Amino acid sequence: MPPPSDISAPAAHSTPARAGNPGDRAWGWGITIFGGSLLVVAGLILYELGRVAAPSWGQLGYFKFLFSSAWDPVQEKFGALPFIYGTLVTSGVALLIALPVSVGLALFLSEMGPRALRAPVAYSIEVLAAIPSVIYGLWGLFVMVPWLRSSVEPFLQKTLGFLPIFQGPPIGLGYLAAGVILALMILPTIASVTIEVLKTVPPSLKEGALALGATRWESIRISVLPYARPGIIGASLLGLGRALGETMAVTMVIGNSPEIHASLFAPGYSLPAVIANEFAEATGDVHVGALAALGLVLFGITLILNAIARILVEAVARGPKGSRA
Amino acid sequence: MNAAQEISPVNSSPRRPVDSLDTPVRVSPEGPAPVVAAEPPKLTVKNLDAWYGSNHALHGVNLTVPPRSVMAAIGPSGCGKSTFLRCLNRMHELIPGARAEGTLLIDGQDLLSRDVDPVTLRRRVGMVFQRPNPFPTMSIRDNVAAGLKLNGIPGNHHEIVERTLRQSALWDEVKDRLDASALSLSGGQQQRLCIARALAVQPEVLLMDEPASALDPIATAKIEDLIHELKERYTIVIVTHNMQQAGRVSDQTAFFYMGDLIEVGPTEKIFTNPSEKRTEDYVTGKFG
Repeated sequence: MPPPSDISAPAAHSTPARAGNPGDRAWGWGITIFGGSLLVVAGLILYELGRVAAPSWGQLGYFKFLFSSAWDPVQEKFGALPFIYGTLVTSGVALLIALPVSVGLALFLSEMGPRALRAPVAYSIEVLAAIPSVIYGLWGLFVMVPWLRSSVEPFLQKTLGFLPIFQGPPIGLGYLAAGVILALMILPTIASVTIEVLKTVPPSLKEGALALGATRWESIRISVLPYARPGIIGASLLGLGRALGETMAVTMVIGNSPEIHASLFAPGYSLPAVIANEFAEATGDVHVGALAALGLVLFGITLILNAIARILVEAVARGPKGSRA
Repeated sequence: MNAAQEISPVNSSPRRPVDSLDTPVRVSPEGPAPVVAAEPPKLTVKNLDAWYGSNHALHGVNLTVPPRSVMAAIGPSGCGKSTFLRCLNRMHELIPGARAEGTLLIDGQDLLSRDVDPVTLRRRVGMVFQRPNPFPTMSIRDNVAAGLKLNGIPGNHHEIVERTLRQSALWDEVKDRLDASALSLSGGQQQRLCIARALAVQPEVLLMDEPASALDPIATAKIEDLIHELKERYTIVIVTHNMQQAGRVSDQTAFFYMGDLIEVGPTEKIFTNPSEKRTEDYVTGKFG
């Protein structure tokens, strides 16, 4: 118990804060409530999703729901596979495009670029991050999709058409369009985290490589990139997490057709897009439940990816195993 | 990088007179100057000036280093000795705003000229840093071979790795775990690994920037022994804060103060009978 003098004195003033001081205890409880409320909210979301989803998911069969590709609300057929497939494919395309560009950007900004160009480029990355997703969607629909249809897709078909992913009629709307839009949207995330990761690379490593007679690129290749690799993986997973959950822009360009196609030119559907499109008009409890179940699936995928990303980013912040620094 | 140097404690230098004849002397007994005078210098520095932005860090340095000898650069923090060292392989160019002017000859070839690629220069002039900086993601073997791979030297690097690790007195300690991470070594071993890494590409000159300042006395002694062995083959320039170390390892000593090269000469002379008052004040611990 604290001495009485402590009780009478205002906690924040001259007396140094001590464990057991009532002001401190109240403050401690207060912030514990704030912190804990976040956990409660996350838990409630999960619980509520599960509560709504469970009856229809159970009724449809857990396994059948996940791996069936039929989605016909009128006949009460609900299979999640086209949406899972569409989500993963578009996010994958986005990552394939965004990762090399982001790492290049980050290296440009932190290592190689002319100093005069660095600030404007860094600023444009921030601008890219600030654009609302519906604007990306509009731009995608009216500018990018026609361009994909008339130029990019026919070109890919001509040059790489032997690959199944580049076959079929170039429609414009589809996996590729969604992937490209997502790439633009996750690029700022990956680039800015990668820049932070590159800042953690000790300058002495770069000097060590340069002193051996490495060129700037060689120094980046043998000293900077290996050191930063876990962090860059973490950055891409953070970007991937954003791509998986992106709704508006994807809905506007993916084509919204619950089918599975090998071709990237074909229209598809994604988990967030179908939830956004159908929730308001869902008629029966089974339909609503199936949509909530799709939400759970999405929740699960992003949760796992974010956990992996966290672990990797923390690993690089700590430095490589056994480091004495 | 220079900032880091400023932080390193000045009082590591002894406060009492250093008598290099008192300490176990490893300066070659016959005296270095007459022996090397016959050969043309390995390194010739003429009117070397260096700036960091508008800060004139080095004023018109002139000196020569004979082949297969050790030159120590001493002086208080911020005196320009590290700047001098960095100019010798143009590492100063990594610092924005830094520039150097003058003539820097290795075997008579000017290496500061615009025509010379710093990458080529650095393959001839190796460098060991204040803190051991092995590549943390590479094994011991790969660290030694890193420079060979950069130079595109093909084939199996086994022999060179072993020879270089023997040269840097590390082989017996690591021969059974060449594939272990470089970070599994102690600080002193890491520093010897960095020396091996620099030696693997067979430089002509080896620059050492306070190579033992982050190490304990035993590891320091090993590095100093190593310097003695290495000078049979290489020309070494070492920056040190520790005047006793300069006395133990070097043939010649250059004393820098406020960006000026005050005095350069045989180590014995600098420590026992310097021509300049400021040198004497510094080596006897009156300031610094």
